[in-house]
Amino acid sequence: MTNSATPDRASIEGSAGSALAKLTRWRLGETVFWGIVAIGLFALPSRYLLINEIAILALFALSLDLVLGYAGIVSLGHAAFFGTGAYVAGLLTKYGIADPILGLVVAGAVAAALGLVTSLLVLRGSDLSRLMVTLGVALVLGEIANQLPSVTGGADGLQGVAPEPVLGLFAFDIFGRTASLYSAGTLFVMFLLARRIVNSPFGLSLRSIRDNPLRAAAIGVPVSRRLVAVYALGAAYAGIAGALLAQTTQFVSLEVFDFNRSADVLLVLIIGGTGYLYGGLVGAAAFRVMQDGFSAITPQHWQFWIGLVLVVLVFVRHDRLLRLSRGALGIVAARLGIATRPRGAT
Amino acid sequence: MLTILFDGIAYGMLLFVLASGLAVTLGLMNFVNLAHGAFAMAGGYVTVVLMQRPGLPFLATLPCAFLAAAIAGAVLERLLYRHLYGRSHLDQVLFSIGLVFMASAATDYLMGSEQRIISLPTYLQGRVDVLGVAVGKYRSFIIVLCGLLTIALQLVLSRTRFGSRLRAAVDDPRVASGLGIDVNTIFAVTFAMGSGLAGLGGALGAEILGLDPNFPLKFMIYFLIVVTVGGTSSITGPFFASLILGVADVAGKYYLPAFGAFVIDSVMILVLILRPQGLFARPR
Repeated sequence: MTNSATPDRASIEGSAGSALAKLTRWRLGETVFWGIVAIGLFALPSRYLLINEIAILALFALSLDLVLGYAGIVSLGHAAFFGTGAYVAGLLTKYGIADPILGLVVAGAVAAALGLVTSLLVLRGSDLSRLMVTLGVALVLGEIANQLPSVTGGADGLQGVAPEPVLGLFAFDIFGRTASLYSAGTLFVMFLLARRIVNSPFGLSLRSIRDNPLRAAAIGVPVSRRLVAVYALGAAYAGIAGALLAQTTQFVSLEVFDFNRSADVLLVLIIGGTGYLYGGLVGAAAFRVMQDGFSAITPQHWQFWIGLVLVVLVFVRHDRLLRLSRGALGIVAARLGIATRPRGAT
Repeated sequence: MLTILFDGIAYGMLLFVLASGLAVTLGLMNFVNLAHGAFAMAGGYVTVVLMQRPGLPFLATLPCAFLAAAIAGAVLERLLYRHLYGRSHLDQVLFSIGLVFMASAATDYLMGSEQRIISLPTYLQGRVDVLGVAVGKYRSFIIVLCGLLTIALQLVLSRTRFGSRLRAAVDDPRVASGLGIDVNTIFAVTFAMGSGLAGLGGALGAEILGLDPNFPLKFMIYFLIVVTVGGTSSITGPFFASLILGVADVAGKYYLPAFGAFVIDSVMILVLILRPQGLFARPR
């Protein structure tokens, strides 16, 4: 049995390798997407602050996509890691270690460690207890931050966060030019990394777990270890997003742990679609534009409309909507003679 | 000491009435309804408005609060909720968070964002001395009323035909409908009753818990704790969980004010780790 399987195995591994390599190939649609982003960065000088916010929100949604879209873990408290990253970066900067990039790395590492610890709690039990535990962890952390005003500034927020220039060259300016470029750059780098990870054998095993954990376990995927790994990875991403917020706004408030933040990022990801990495990016831009539109109409009650969008999205079945729009894009692309994505890649 | 225990029990009873509807939808029907607090808030505001405008006495507004929340629950169940029973938990979470946002913003728009206070009738104010323990009149009233409700609820669920039908419909909707039980109606009635109880709890609790447009989010975690810690296989589990939670919360706020909600949240996480199926449930 094993003897006859050996040559097959080599060829299977070869073809699997080339299939994986195909997945990682850079597609035209993606180049166009990032081209538009780059143009947007330089063409909209009056919107630097908005671009900065969108980039941070996009990175945060990307981190949730890793956890929800690729591993199927529903989290109601993803802000726990965002907030941790924000406070870590803020405190580091305040107490002397003001290099922004180093701050990002440390914030990501601390958030990942927290993700590693809490994953032991999260991965037990059903969907429902996952929801509760993620929610509870975020609440507990928010409460800790609230009760330690000597460290975190409590309800007044952490002030006096003044990071050094990025790479020692680009100082943060009042118009947010450096901030938006720095956040967008970080987003791009982190995106590349995520793209590499989800298209690796590790990423494929995650998807198999999401689709059917029993079968994944049966073919030899170490299910719980993979889930722990991706949960910590998502936590690190969220921590870096939080660190970006702390560094670019030079302020951290208790709001970083808010339930609303966890709910918003869930909405962002659902608008953009889960499980293909670009969802968080598209969703973040759409969400911010929507929020601006709603708050222009009703400054105080825009949440009502956000809620309505959520309810409607559930009823028109966001997954089907997404598939439809992707199908439409594909047809347009085919007409124009460019294939945006190879069949079967979703 | 005994006063704290007494206040805690009153608080716990109140939590149970508020959360009992959720114990059925979440625990028995397996629907993650994060918007449960919105019905409680609706009941609270009904009482506030009825006491202010037509000047109804407090006790007369309680049935109205129950009815208003029950009707709201029935309408929403028929229009929206029932389409989502079979959907993924993610969809249910998104949907009910959306409802919470809408309810909070709408309440803010209609009633203003400030905290509302209910002026209790004089015969429910103050404290009496019972065997050397200062006992709040209003809290004893809550304990008696909620105790009666709990007994009634338990009897309805365990002794009546409706109760046995509900249990059958929850256990296996397909077989139940095969036996001629109208599962849809049962769920709708149950949902409406649960919402009504939440509304009543919101009206009763406005004095103790406070009432503002953020109510559904502020107390969402408490309701969820009651249900998850209490376990989902019976109504007595959530009842004891509510009592423990009420006493622990009041005692925690009294003895360890610096820790605030920290104690409760940590206890919940611990319970979920050690006994994922709840404190009082037998593992299935």
